[in-house]
Amino acid sequence: MNLKTFLLGTCSAVVIAGFAQAETLTIATVNNGDMVRMQGLTDDFTKANPDIQLEWVTLEENVLRERVTTDIATKGGQYDVLTIGTYEVPIWAKQGWLLPLDNLGADYDVDDLLPAIRSGLTVDGKLYAAPFYGESSFIMYRKDLMEKAGLTMPDAPTWEFIGEAARKMTDRTADISGICLRGKAGWGENMAFLTATSNAFGARWFDENWKPQFDQPEWKNTLDMYVKLMNDAGPQGASSNGFNENLALFQQGKCGMWIDATVAASFVTNPKDSTVADKVGFALAPDTGLGKRGNWLWAWSLGVPAGTQKAEAAQKFVSWATSKHYLDLVAEKEGWANVPPGTRSSLYANPEYQKAAPFAKMTLDSINAADPTKPTVKPVPYVGVQFVAIPEFQGLGTTVGQLFSAALAGQMSVDDALAQAQQVTTREMTRGGYIK
Amino acid sequence: MARAVSTRRTAAFTIAAWIVALIIFFPILYTIITSFKSETEAIQGFSLIPSGTVESYVDVQTQKDYFKPFMNSVILSVGSTLLALLISVPAAWSMAFSPTKKTKDVLMWMLSTKMMPAVAVLVPIYLIFRDFGLLDSRLGLTFMLTMINLPIVIWMLYTYFREIPGEILEAARMDGASLWGEIIYVLTPMAVPGIASTMLLNIILAWNEAFWTIRLTTTNAAPLTAFIASFSSPQGLFWAKLSAASTLAIAPILIMGWFSQKQLVRGLTFGAVK
Repeated sequence: MNLKTFLLGTCSAVVIAGFAQAETLTIATVNNGDMVRMQGLTDDFTKANPDIQLEWVTLEENVLRERVTTDIATKGGQYDVLTIGTYEVPIWAKQGWLLPLDNLGADYDVDDLLPAIRSGLTVDGKLYAAPFYGESSFIMYRKDLMEKAGLTMPDAPTWEFIGEAARKMTDRTADISGICLRGKAGWGENMAFLTATSNAFGARWFDENWKPQFDQPEWKNTLDMYVKLMNDAGPQGASSNGFNENLALFQQGKCGMWIDATVAASFVTNPKDSTVADKVGFALAPDTGLGKRGNWLWAWSLGVPAGTQKAEAAQKFVSWATSKHYLDLVAEKEGWANVPPGTRSSLYANPEYQKAAPFAKMTLDSINAADPTKPTVKPVPYVGVQFVAIPEFQGLGTTVGQLFSAALAGQMSVDDALAQAQQVTTREMTRGGYIK
Repeated sequence: MARAVSTRRTAAFTIAAWIVALIIFFPILYTIITSFKSETEAIQGFSLIPSGTVESYVDVQTQKDYFKPFMNSVILSVGSTLLALLISVPAAWSMAFSPTKKTKDVLMWMLSTKMMPAVAVLVPIYLIFRDFGLLDSRLGLTFMLTMINLPIVIWMLYTYFREIPGEILEAARMDGASLWGEIIYVLTPMAVPGIASTMLLNIILAWNEAFWTIRLTTTNAAPLTAFIASFSSPQGLFWAKLSAASTLAIAPILIMGWFSQKQLVRGLTFGAVK
């Protein structure tokens, strides 16, 4: 072998090795049960795609949001797949930060995605993120305590009924609160619940000219009802309770009712963690007869950032993780009850899923009842049921959330909280150029 | 009588010291206790008696690889400390033994950089790291940790060096020692306790740094701070798992601190009594 042949051979080997080298996708995600489960099942994907390796970055929700925003805005290109919610998708898609998902494969069946969820992830007719699991909110209640109170929960109750039931179910000596609701300040904590609830009371964040509406009677009715109900029938220290704290209280049998994310249904009916697993009933979020229910809409979704160099592989992964095949895979390995809910119509038509998940129908009805494009009784200039899809909302929602949490804790009156919310929101919206 | 009073006073001081120490140590102790609880127990309310389950440790070990972030933490904290010493020993020497009119101003300026909130320079630093290809690299992060701890390291060494009589260095110079000979063979051995405690403190600061280590890394260079952050969950109970991850992350530095506490205390009180 002469030198020329040797060099040629070496070069070819290097080139072939370069091509054969696996592409590594970096996926940013949150530490929710369904995401953790997916990380354990990725062998199925890497076996079918041996040229793609997966690396995971798991962070706390707010840190993840900040981290991903910095990277995407500076075109850092650190991530190839992002876990984002329905709040970010319309904003980021309009900024050109996300790639449209137009290459999900022939058998993806995009029409099988639940219409409400799909519309929340679609901008100008293009899908910018694929839903990994979707949720609305509904009522989880203790059937035994409801019966003891001499009441029957209708499928679609009113706030009046919920108030009456909560007060009757409360038994302070047995440490049982009639109702557990979010009180911890944050745009994704108490404001998710209160914004969605305010829709049922005919309230809205802004009118058509972006003028804040906290000085209107609808918001006063919402907050008055919430604070009074929680004082009469809520748990101690409710102003620091979020999803996890209420989950623990409900699982320990200390709540008569809990209105929160539909995804909680699988936690409270799991006998391994919940002491009341066989006593839980479900109903739609309450209304006041004005035509809107207080149920939100959210989907933890997978998107591909515009800065990635591996768009094709990234879409391949997104397609796998949000496919019908993935739902079947989870069902096969971990049972139907553990399948990520709220994304596909076919799942809800599946009799095996219906059998394993007693909350399936109510989850589907709740998701279908939410309309992010027309979330309120009166017209609004924004989309989003429990949020307003503008970049300023994170800061605004948290500030207003702190005021409402203070009202719940008794540190200020409902009127003062609303007046300050109006003042802060007007100032920020003027500064942001929304109010001319 | 006098002896009784002094014994009583000593006892009172000892008790007070123990109480203060317990208050300072309590958050760490409670984290360790919580790590031995189940998730439901952990969120139930204050309790000092755990059920003793190790399920959180098992979950943490099965969910995430501990070794890689641990090695990253070791490399970043030791690397940044050595680099910081390399820069700060000569810097502190020049300021302690050849001060100029502006030395105090320079020292104050260096310290003032620590007063700026880190988030204020997040985007510029991120852009610099991106352009130099340093995002998610150990090299970039070592440099970053060196820079953020450098003011404290220089200040500490400057304080220690000032306690060393200049005459000894002059004598070395008269005996023909070169500048580096003076620093390496005369100054450094005399300042060993100070340098050692500065090193230890810098390792602890670098090990615990969570702002930049989370924001400038993804997978390759992510240390134990990112490992801890990955166990927080918006939907699902996580306190026990988070406590177990925290305990695993702080254990090495706690053990190191325990073994080196004599050196640390000696260094920190160096020059306190003349």
